[in-house]
Amino acid sequence: MVKINGEMLDKAGCSVTDILADMGTSGQRVAVELNESIVPKAEYSSTILKDGDTVEVVRFVGGG
Amino acid sequence: MSIPSREEMYAALEERHGKELQKKISAASAAVCGLGGLGSNIAIALARAGIGRLHILDFDKVDISNLNRQQYFPEQLGMYKSDALCDTLRRIAPYCEIRKDCVRLTEENIPELLGNEDIICEAFDKAEHKAMLVNCILERMPEKYLVAGSGMAGIGPSNAITTKRMMKRFYLCGDGTSDVDDGMGLVASRVLICAAHQANAVIRIIAGEFDV
Repeated sequence: MVKINGEMLDKAGCSVTDILADMGTSGQRVAVELNESIVPKAEYSSTILKDGDTVEVVRFVGGG
Repeated sequence: MSIPSREEMYAALEERHGKELQKKISAASAAVCGLGGLGSNIAIALARAGIGRLHILDFDKVDISNLNRQQYFPEQLGMYKSDALCDTLRRIAPYCEIRKDCVRLTEENIPELLGNEDIICEAFDKAEHKAMLVNCILERMPEKYLVAGSGMAGIGPSNAITTKRMMKRFYLCGDGTSDVDDGMGLVASRVLICAAHQANAVIRIIAGEFDV
C-alpha cells in the first residue's frame, strides 16, 4: 500500500506518471514529493512506488 | 518635508519589532517572483517590516484589470510592474536595497536570477508557472526557502486559507482549491489574506521560527 495525499491506496508498482493519470492531472500543474523529497519531473515515469511509500501530490490552481 | 534618516527609520522599526528580530529582518533578503495581487502585496509587507534586500521580478505591465487587488495606481497604467512597484517600495522603505528585473522567469534563467536571495516567494498567476518555479527551485536550488501561494480566488471563507509546511524548506499558502480558471474572480480582501500568509511565513523563517 502507498499513502497518497493521506489516503492508503493499492498503488505499489505504479509509476508517478500512472498515479497522476489516475488523478486526472497532467504533470504540468503539480509538484510531487516522495517520502519528503521532490521527484524531478524527468523521473515521473521511471519512479516506481513501493509498499510503505508516502506520496504528496501538490496540485496548483490559478490566481495570484 | 524631508524623509527620516536611515537611523531614524531603523530605530522606529526596532521599537516595534524588538532589537533582536529587527536585526535579523534587516540582514535578510527575499525574492518575489510575480508582482500581481500576491507579489505586490508580499513585497510591500516585507518592505514595511524593514527587510534588508528585496528582489522583485515580473515581465508584465500594469493593466486596468489589475487595480482591483494589486498595489498599483491608475497613473501607473502601462508601466512595467517591476518599475511601478519599485517606485512605491522606495517611498515606503527608502533604505531597502531593491533589485528589479523585468523578465519572464524560465527553467533556464531561474538559477542565475534567484541565486542571491535566501528566501523565494512564488507569486505567479498561472498554475503551470507556479508548478514550474516550485519544481525548479526544489530540484535545483534545494538550499533555498520557498514560499508559494495556491488557491485564493473568489470570496470563500478567510479561514480556509492556511500555511502548510510541505517540506523542510517549502511552505504553501492558500486554500489549495479555489481556481481562477473555474470562473471565480480574484478579490482584494482574499488575495491579501494569502499574500499576508506568505509574507508572514517569510518573516517567521527569517526569525528562525520554522513551524506553522
